[in-house]
Amino acid sequence: MNDPLFLGTLTLYAVTTAVYLVFFIRQTKRLRDTARTFLLVAGVVHTVCIAVRYFKAGHTPLTSMHETISFFAWSMTWAFLSFRWRYEVKNFGAFVSPLITGLMVLAALASNEIHELQPALQSSWLPVHASLAIMANGFLALAFCGGLMYLRQEREIKYKHFGFFYSRLPSLEALDNLNYHSVVIGFCLLTVGIITGSLWAKQAWGAYWQWDPKETWSLITWLIYAALLHQRLTVGWRRRRAAIMAIIGFSAAMFTLWGVSYLLEGVHSYVG
Amino acid sequence: MWADAIMAMGVNHKTAPVEIREKLTFSGDCQATVRQLKEIPGCDECYFLSTCNRVEILFVSRDQENTARAVRDFLFSAANLSDAEIGRYSYFYQGEPAIDHLFRVSASLDSMIVGEPQILGQLKQAYRDATEQNSTGTILNRLLHKAFSVAKRVRTETNIGGGAASISFAAVQLARKIFGELKGKRVMLIGAGEMAELAAEHLVTQGIDHVTVANRTLERAANLARNFNGSAISLAEVVGKLEEVDIVISSTGATDLILRRDDVKPLMRQRRNRPLFLIDIAVPRDLDPKLNDLENIYLYDIDDLKNVVEVNKSERAKEAASAERIVEEEVLKFQQWLENMEVAPTITAIRQKGETIKNQELAKTLATLDHLSAKEKKAVEALAASIVNKMLHDPMLSLKTNCRPEEKRQKLALTRQLFNLDQTVGAPPPARDAGG
Repeated sequence: MNDPLFLGTLTLYAVTTAVYLVFFIRQTKRLRDTARTFLLVAGVVHTVCIAVRYFKAGHTPLTSMHETISFFAWSMTWAFLSFRWRYEVKNFGAFVSPLITGLMVLAALASNEIHELQPALQSSWLPVHASLAIMANGFLALAFCGGLMYLRQEREIKYKHFGFFYSRLPSLEALDNLNYHSVVIGFCLLTVGIITGSLWAKQAWGAYWQWDPKETWSLITWLIYAALLHQRLTVGWRRRRAAIMAIIGFSAAMFTLWGVSYLLEGVHSYVG
Repeated sequence: MWADAIMAMGVNHKTAPVEIREKLTFSGDCQATVRQLKEIPGCDECYFLSTCNRVEILFVSRDQENTARAVRDFLFSAANLSDAEIGRYSYFYQGEPAIDHLFRVSASLDSMIVGEPQILGQLKQAYRDATEQNSTGTILNRLLHKAFSVAKRVRTETNIGGGAASISFAAVQLARKIFGELKGKRVMLIGAGEMAELAAEHLVTQGIDHVTVANRTLERAANLARNFNGSAISLAEVVGKLEEVDIVISSTGATDLILRRDDVKPLMRQRRNRPLFLIDIAVPRDLDPKLNDLENIYLYDIDDLKNVVEVNKSERAKEAASAERIVEEEVLKFQQWLENMEVAPTITAIRQKGETIKNQELAKTLATLDHLSAKEKKAVEALAASIVNKMLHDPMLSLKTNCRPEEKRQKLALTRQLFNLDQTVGAPPPARDAGG
């Protein structure tokens, strides 16, 4: 690793996480404000880091595993910050920031070499399709964190065991709202991501859809979230079920991102 | 010593039963009481606090013994108690224990339910009444402001007011964890018991939208419903109405279950899985324990709620220990201030401050003027010293002149503030909205 900007971003995220975790235990306002400031700074530095890479590479930096995961972490950060601006979910940061830092560590472990752009990727669809698809993951990751918090908090209330988490986690209602909002935004981005991918495929390979594993798995992911939203709006699948579905859906999304690239062969396999 | 001039006297829920306390209750007008107190000879500063759990006078006097006796006579004048009884039922603190007592009261460590915040508001009101009668001076002003800030420190640094300490508050707190905002939510009372009414009252103050009361006799249901601007139904209509409500509080005297799992299960689909919070405070129970197995239903019976309260209370007791430490610390700080509120330490502190500033500035200036001869350097030093001394001469003279004790205290307090001798950042908060 010899990219100081990236390492700086990673360090900032790690510090943010540490402060959020201490805040989670101590619950003092000053720590929370510190963590928020750190995260905001990390988000800004990360943006600069990605922009610098864009100019260095001469193309959208979304073509290697390192770049993809780093952009994923960036999306999560800004998705989280955009929510923070709209409404407050108590102690959400303590769950989101470790995931962001984890992603950044994975990105750091992947090779950060800048590759020449393969001919198949030389298209103005690249920035649109790839960034939308990954930004969708950013929001779906928030729903995933919210889902874990929901299941934990519901356990506390249902089994009347008021431990460490009960007072620190927000209300079930707040977590369910969070689930709904982030799934709706993530789902829309995912939909547009799949459509743009399909248009690009038509241009590059001559067919809109060819059941490549990545396509198949993103469709499966899409169907899971579509089912969740449909059931929520028609028969009221909310709360616990929505939380579980958000966790399952996110696992599928992660498999689409990684599993497919490593385990299955396909036309998308240049990403990796 | 100023410290011994501070005294606290009164009765509270620990020292006296309510029969005694109610005899001391002064007419609602606290300011009138303060006015009378002020008339007591020797009573330099005073303040009067009266709540349902305590009646208490805090006062400052140089003539301690006589004033204390007079205040005692005044406090118990209406009670008609013998001296021995007064001794048994009341408390009297002087000096450090009095300061400690006030801080413990304001931090809610002396309350019936430790950690309940109401006392701070009552304290502030009492202080406001006293200031309106001009009965407080330098010492009580500082002491009460400190009491408010101690309370604030305890509240922010410990979790003493954390969990609900009564069953109905525990129910409200749980409801908030399930529903978030309670605005727009609907509650149904099954049975018109007193405890259910109390819980409903708490819920209504939290913004509950509508109250439905179901009872065996419709008349009682209608009476209770009227209190909440709600509606009354018969017990037979309960199941049908369940679809519309979010919280159910059941407290009937029925020997059999009122709601069974299989009655409610089909409803959850109609409710589109909106959660249902069921509170069963009846013994024997009204609600089927198996209801808790259903998704999005949270059932609490009286024992569950009692457990919540017990856990919270022990939690508070733990937090109280760290609150006591804060109080101890602040009492020490206040005593330090009192000790310095004498002429001699203040003059020493001013001199020291002048000396420090003079030396610092001399060092800075002389460092840049190394071409000066030893004689010239001496002259510069003498100049600096004489400016500082002349500047401080008049304030110190003014401090030394004789005047009334209260005037002297004000002068000392002002001087200490002007010269920033107590290293406080900013002035104490104003009386009106002190603390917050």
